[in-house]
Amino acid sequence: MSAAHAPTHDHGHDDHHAHKPSGIMRWVASTNHKDIGTMYLWFSFTMFLVGGVMALIIRSELFQPGLQIVKPEFFNSMTTYHGLIMVFGAIMPAFVGFANWLIPMQIGAPDMAFPRMNNLSFWLLPPAALLLIAAQFMPGGGAGVGWTLYAPLSTQAGPAMDLTIFAIHILGMSSIMGSINIITTILNMRAPGMTMMKMPMFCWTWLITAYLLVAVMPVLAGAVTMTLTDRHFGTHFFNAAGGGDPVLYQHIFWFFGHPEVYIIAIPAFGVISQVIPAFSRKPLFGYASMVYATASIAILSFMVWAHHMYTAGMPVEAQLYFMYATVLIAVPTGVKVFNWVATMWKGALTFETPMLFAIGFLFLFTLGGFTGLVLSIVPVDVQLHDTYYVVAHFHYVMVAGALFSAFAGIYFWLPKWTGRMYNETLGKWHFWLSLVFFNVTFFVQHFLGLAGMPRRIPDYALQFAEFNMISTIGAFGFGLSQLLFLYIVINCIRSGEKAAERQWEGADSLEWTHLPSPAPWHSFETPPVVK
Amino acid sequence: MSNKGFKKLAAAGALFFWSVAAWAEFKLNLQTPNTVLGEKIYDLHTIITVICFVIFVGVFGFMFYAVFKHRKSVGHKAAQFHENTAVEVAWTLIPAVILVALAVPATGTLITMRDSSEADLTIKATGYQWKWGYDYLKGEGEGISFYSTLSTPRAQIDGTDVAGRNANPNYLLETDTHVVVPVGKKIRILTTAADVIHAWYVPALAVKQDAVPGFIRDTWFKAEKVGIYRGQCAELCGKEHGFMPIVVEVMEPAAYTAWVGAQQKKAVAAKVDPEKTWTLEDLKAHGEKIYAQNCVACHQTTGMGVPGAFPALSGSKVVNGPKDDQIKLILNGKQGTAMNAFKHLSDVDLAAAITYTRNSWNNKTGDATAPAEVKALR
Repeated sequence: MSAAHAPTHDHGHDDHHAHKPSGIMRWVASTNHKDIGTMYLWFSFTMFLVGGVMALIIRSELFQPGLQIVKPEFFNSMTTYHGLIMVFGAIMPAFVGFANWLIPMQIGAPDMAFPRMNNLSFWLLPPAALLLIAAQFMPGGGAGVGWTLYAPLSTQAGPAMDLTIFAIHILGMSSIMGSINIITTILNMRAPGMTMMKMPMFCWTWLITAYLLVAVMPVLAGAVTMTLTDRHFGTHFFNAAGGGDPVLYQHIFWFFGHPEVYIIAIPAFGVISQVIPAFSRKPLFGYASMVYATASIAILSFMVWAHHMYTAGMPVEAQLYFMYATVLIAVPTGVKVFNWVATMWKGALTFETPMLFAIGFLFLFTLGGFTGLVLSIVPVDVQLHDTYYVVAHFHYVMVAGALFSAFAGIYFWLPKWTGRMYNETLGKWHFWLSLVFFNVTFFVQHFLGLAGMPRRIPDYALQFAEFNMISTIGAFGFGLSQLLFLYIVINCIRSGEKAAERQWEGADSLEWTHLPSPAPWHSFETPPVVK
Repeated sequence: MSNKGFKKLAAAGALFFWSVAAWAEFKLNLQTPNTVLGEKIYDLHTIITVICFVIFVGVFGFMFYAVFKHRKSVGHKAAQFHENTAVEVAWTLIPAVILVALAVPATGTLITMRDSSEADLTIKATGYQWKWGYDYLKGEGEGISFYSTLSTPRAQIDGTDVAGRNANPNYLLETDTHVVVPVGKKIRILTTAADVIHAWYVPALAVKQDAVPGFIRDTWFKAEKVGIYRGQCAELCGKEHGFMPIVVEVMEPAAYTAWVGAQQKKAVAAKVDPEKTWTLEDLKAHGEKIYAQNCVACHQTTGMGVPGAFPALSGSKVVNGPKDDQIKLILNGKQGTAMNAFKHLSDVDLAAAITYTRNSWNNKTGDATAPAEVKALR
């Protein structure tokens, strides 16, 4: 360890923190929340592209009926890793990146509570990603078992499955460490006067999300470990022939999996709750009810897992319970949507790119919420379960929900992070292209599902041909539009115009009111006093 | 309830994003149900969708009003209100009431859906990688048993016969044998599986039930009209998941009785004399059929398998080694791989398939495997 301490460190204590290793070591050894946040975001974008290429392989094969481009086993592997990489590699790290950048600045702290653990929780991600990618090159190819890794298909899969399981273990460790860091930072490092109920919504949403992560990541680790021992060590957790039950896996998985949906959605709610008030020039409507609604959603998310398994077989009483509990989630979710609309009501609205993405989020996420309500009704779900309707539903929530919110957040905070402005015209282009192509891709999938097209099939009956073709065209449009986003971000970093300290006149959290753009290395060396 | 409302809604939603001249060929809704329960589900879906659509229009009506009227560029000054208890209570309670109103018909339909008692005919559907097996357990036709495999020619799937595919209205939705049931009778389907989880899904009959290995689940339907209804496996079950369709043929009771009679005669005729001595050629010819139904998806017609994923049989040490080892492997499967146990096939079928593999491609063992040898190792 002593090697890391260069002699230059023998300065006075005050400027000690300003030194950082240069070159690659700045990143490898970083304990700075901004550098780590940046790494999270770039990692996430890289994985977004990898997962996106997989999606385009899927859509290419589905462009026409028949098997044209890939073999069914490779197709199954693509659907599996597209899901895993997008969920664990792209969306979750993106929001952890936001948390790293923003939480210390928004609560008036110099950095995260555990900077070294922060470094470790980031650097666990690349090896996990490499395992997921290496799985493609194992004998027999990637595990074509779906991102849910249902047993016994997963106990039957080749060695790629073991790599996938280890990758999930590592990702879980990373998430748990990140969450402990976030919880500790928010609870202990708030500036004087920054009471819990004065915190920006983004901090609240992450505090709640972090608790969800700590609660459910070990459950997922348990499920995949049981799969691992079933595969190699003679246990029969999920094997009926040995006294186990394949459906037990699904119960454990979805006990993780449903809160996971909110682990992705809640930080997205947080970003939107910062962006909409800023561009409405009006405080967030119903701040307290927003906090309570978010907490209610989080608690309810533990009680509805089996609505993913209506056709797996369970007593009718259980189906009724899970249906009622699921429907109940619509209430707090509705409160949030109403609050956002009420925030815009009688504001002084402007429509810069972050606001466009936030409105796009609001509109399409709500649509995805409504199809979720349709799916919560058991008899209807029995018709739609495992069809493209479900695929459309969760892409409205994950892409138009979480991803659009991440775009809103990046455009919103880029001026603060880089000290430079992005190109507003191109940003608007990025929004409109994404919006149109997203809907071309996914809206038609509702019709495919209603007509009875199952998901995860590499080839389909002729009656599904037209909508699949439209969907594929949309997917390529959507994918290519994201290259524009990459260009906009690089262009902003390298040659954007200088951004003002308070680039958005309606933004009122500490990073905008108390810190220059770009924000200094250690956000608040002395804590601000919050009235 | 008519489905006009939904059609309007679906069309309006779609037109929002683009307009297409001929909507007729694009199916926008659930398949036309052929059961009373299916109609209930259809209506339930319509009601929920319409309610959602109305709320959606209402909420976003407000939002877009704000977007156009409360913008800075038209000089609107921001109000600074940030709470209103009455409004907040209202928009918590009203959705709750709507949801309760929705849950009532859903509960009724669900309870009907799950009541599979007093069935006229019980059929067990067993999912295999990758076909369905059917056993008529109780009711008219008891004892009938058969497998049902995809009958779409491989050439249409892999693209060597595109013209054939385009001319095939039932592409990927056709099987060599149909599940035949009488019209107007309550049919109970028990689902289970031999290897991994599958799901028995026929949209027009409004049934979908997972088939879980080692467990029995059930579902039921009562078809209102005769005809052929097509569905697919709905749970990812490995590489041929997209290629194990379900075809249900609903017949008039008299026609059904005739079908049952024909099936039973066929079963008697097909019953193989256990004393029969099989020649190598007979076994090989029969084995080729069994291989095509059970083995070809992984090991391929060439016997070369798929490198890395499924081992080649041509030149394989097992296939060219002692017979007993090969018989045991096929009877019991290989743990932790896609090679499942094939105990469910008859002694004759297994002996034939084994003989076929031992005397095809580069394998020239020249030995025939007798059904008795398989029986001895069970």
